[in-house]
Amino acid sequence: MTIADTLRAEPGFQADAVAATVRRRSWAALAALAAVVLYLAYAWHAFGVSTLIATAQPDRAVLLGLDSVAHKVHVTKDLRAGDLQVSIEGERTAVYEQPPAWVATDGGRTTVDLGDGYTVTIEDRGAVFEVPGYGTIVARVEGGKIVTDLPGPAPDWLQLNPAKVDARPTIGRRLQVSRTRIEVHRYFFGWENFFFPFRSELTAYSAGELAGLAVSGDRLSAELPNWRYILDTFLTNPDWLHGEVLIALFETVMMAVLGTMIAAFVGLPLAFLAASNFTPSRVLQAATRRLFDFLRGIDMLIWSLIFIRAFGLGPLTGALAIAFTDTGSLGKLFSEALENIDDKQVDGVRATGASRLQRYRFGVIPQILPVLVSQILYYLESNTRSATVIGALGAGGIGLLLVETMRTAKDWENTTYIIILTILVVFAMDSLSRRLRRRLIDG
Amino acid sequence: MIARVLRDEIVRAEQQRRLYSALVVVLTLAVLIGGLRQASAMNSGSFFAGLSKFFDYPGEIVIEAWQAGPAFFGLLWRFLPALVETLNIALVATLLGGAAAVGLSFLSSRNLDVWPPLIPVVRRTMDVMRAFPELILALFLIFVLGTSPIPAMIAVAFHTAGALGKLFSEVNENIDRKPIDGLRACGASWMQRLRFAVWPQVAPNYVSYFMLRLEINVRASAILGFVGAGGIGSELRRTIGWGQGAGDETAALFVLLFLSIVVIDQMSSATRNRLVRGPALA
Repeated sequence: MTIADTLRAEPGFQADAVAATVRRRSWAALAALAAVVLYLAYAWHAFGVSTLIATAQPDRAVLLGLDSVAHKVHVTKDLRAGDLQVSIEGERTAVYEQPPAWVATDGGRTTVDLGDGYTVTIEDRGAVFEVPGYGTIVARVEGGKIVTDLPGPAPDWLQLNPAKVDARPTIGRRLQVSRTRIEVHRYFFGWENFFFPFRSELTAYSAGELAGLAVSGDRLSAELPNWRYILDTFLTNPDWLHGEVLIALFETVMMAVLGTMIAAFVGLPLAFLAASNFTPSRVLQAATRRLFDFLRGIDMLIWSLIFIRAFGLGPLTGALAIAFTDTGSLGKLFSEALENIDDKQVDGVRATGASRLQRYRFGVIPQILPVLVSQILYYLESNTRSATVIGALGAGGIGLLLVETMRTAKDWENTTYIIILTILVVFAMDSLSRRLRRRLIDG
Repeated sequence: MIARVLRDEIVRAEQQRRLYSALVVVLTLAVLIGGLRQASAMNSGSFFAGLSKFFDYPGEIVIEAWQAGPAFFGLLWRFLPALVETLNIALVATLLGGAAAVGLSFLSSRNLDVWPPLIPVVRRTMDVMRAFPELILALFLIFVLGTSPIPAMIAVAFHTAGALGKLFSEVNENIDRKPIDGLRACGASWMQRLRFAVWPQVAPNYVSYFMLRLEINVRASAILGFVGAGGIGSELRRTIGWGQGAGDETAALFVLLFLSIVVIDQMSSATRNRLVRGPALA
């Protein structure tokens, strides 16, 4: 006797009905899957994925990757003025007074050693680029035109047009010749001038020496004690703006914390009005519920836009946008928690002759506290992420700073630096909230 | 004697607990008040000056919308494609992220006979995916792929996979093991056990979390549109950038966004109530 036969022999077991249900459900599942696949096909078309793949610029990602971990040093010859200078990222504030050892000047002739046998020789109005494995590229500016001499057919890393020659045989070496200037780039690994500005005398010291200086009585500057001077120099570093970044991070965290706290403080009393077992009147209950729906429905995006208009840039704007949206969300969650409480505890407290407030305090709040705390912490964590986005809409903080540095796209290492700090702060808030939740709720 | 010692002990513990509660409340209030003052000081416009202007902007766009008259409904119709794009971003992201989350959650549940060393690895991966700010991923992808809905979709899907994966794995860990053991006794493979013993138990909860996430993702897609990902967010950015005169268009976009969020919100909570509490699938 098979299992199926045994089951059929069981009284009250309708094998055919069960089989039919299973078959119907399997078909329904398959149909749902087919619908999803069809929808995704439509989305593929609606989003224009095919054209997107064709127009994507993966080289930008490579460039961004390189630029975020490396910096370049420019050797620039201005053909109008005739002078040659070596600077970090071509910035006027970071020009070497004494060129580094790999740039050798001998009379009117400058040899730039790019390593691994790559050299560029700049002389008069022309440059000679030695590329191992290819040969020698000669580019000269003669009478407003660029004349080139190549050892063979132009490879794809070399761009030639009448106004500009751009040779980049490896990703870290580049020569550009235009009618007005000759420019050589050499990339170095690491972030330049991260701690102190290029011109600062502090760049010369090691970490140990700096620690010694910080506590030493001999002042580097007349007005400030050494540790303040070192800190100030670090925070006001013009390439990295550490001070501004830290303030922006602080603003973002403040938006999240204040927004969530206001939402919880306003949402809790309103939740009592919206819970069917506590509300003083049905009308008030319905009104409060609609208010919650309204606050949530308007959404953080619209609230931020309205508050940015009214309050301008800053943490208050972001905090209020978060507070308005989340008063709706938290209020709804709290009122659901209130509706699910056990009335026996409240009755017990009532039996001791407790007033209404005391009943709430000792009979109700202890029951909903775990839900309350875990939801508040959960929202705090997710609001830290939201605060970065609201910032990018124009409320300020790290989000705005990020969008601005990305838009100028000058120095990707700055963007990388801000991204890393933002992620660290979000992770920190995330693990803080997780740890608090575990401690407070599991005891 | 013992009773008295015990009572003293309880009273002391109670007093200590109350002290802690009072401290927490005072500390919270201090942070709140101090923070608000600080925030107000750091803001470019002050709180009280802003308060008087709070209704100016909403008032302005409502008046402009009123003046537009019946043409306002035409605007609603005109912006419908942008809304559909935002909804598409959210739905595709939730579907793809949800599918990834199902896979991740099965690999990170302790009771589903997965190779044990894999579990913490998958869990940490999901933590990172969840905590990674969507904005950063979206901006990076916009830079590489150009302005289009895809970067926002990928960013939202990435976050969704982490967030739903965690919730799904909690659902998985609360299931009844008996059906799994029963199927194993019949010689069912791992995939068959998942399909016939685990899936029927977890599917209702999955759908309920999926709906909740869909609602969150519609909001996220609208916001990411504002930083250059297309959809209703980019339309908003355009009309707001124009300043005065485009108030009716801004109002139309606000109305569309509000309505769609409310509809999805109600749909999602109705579905969740039916699936989790209702008798339909009991």
